[in-house]
Amino acid sequence: MEISSAFSSGRLTVYLKGELDHHASRLLIHDLDELLDEYLPRDCALNLSALSFMDSSGIAVIIRLSRRMKALGGRVWIENPAKQPYRVIDASGIDRIVPVAISR
Amino acid sequence: MKVQNYIKLEFPSLSANEAFARTAAAAFAAQLDPTLDELGDIKTAVSEAVTNSIVHAYPDCIGKISMKMRIIDGNILEISVKDWGKGIEDIEQAMTPLFTTGGEDRSGMGFSIMDSFTDKLRVRSNPGKGTTVIMQRGLRSRRRGI
Repeated sequence: MEISSAFSSGRLTVYLKGELDHHASRLLIHDLDELLDEYLPRDCALNLSALSFMDSSGIAVIIRLSRRMKALGGRVWIENPAKQPYRVIDASGIDRIVPVAISR
Repeated sequence: MKVQNYIKLEFPSLSANEAFARTAAAAFAAQLDPTLDELGDIKTAVSEAVTNSIVHAYPDCIGKISMKMRIIDGNILEISVKDWGKGIEDIEQAMTPLFTTGGEDRSGMGFSIMDSFTDKLRVRSNPGKGTTVIMQRGLRSRRRGI
């Protein structure tokens, strides 16, 4: 899995590419923590448009990110999830806690 | 019940094998000409089952995981994932959404996802001896060449 990010006017956008499973999630959690510590963003968008696969390990990553953004007093949302990740997000009900924004 | 085809795979509980197991499952399922959504569901369910064995059955060691797949009655894919690890004391509790004995990197949604992405889910476990998860998923056979 590849992770990249962009930061501008208080908003951190994190782009995930490839497959997010338990194996990849441990590294991602570490990278996300570092990004949040560096930028202390007001808003954080997790862009999943290039994520070809995600399982419940991704849900744990999203819950953790949401807790950390709450502690920072900021907002977090999921942006343009690809089809399979969206099915997992939908089945888990995580979209009741972290909103999903779709703009295509 | 008629078994048309089957495979058996065995691998150590290394997290790098999560991707291998779900990709192998998708490759075996391909002969049923599944839709992309169906393939995604199969990969997801397999990823959850195998990750459970890796994380929970063998928390402090590397153990053996066996994955069997078979095609029964024309268009039903049956997948079983078996380990010889710690086992589950209370299956009902383990299957409750959001319940996890794992750390902050686990969501407690594994069994819920397996349940929503398959048609049948059975879990057998003996504490100290291991766990077997059996999932069935019927695939709509697509008509080709139309």
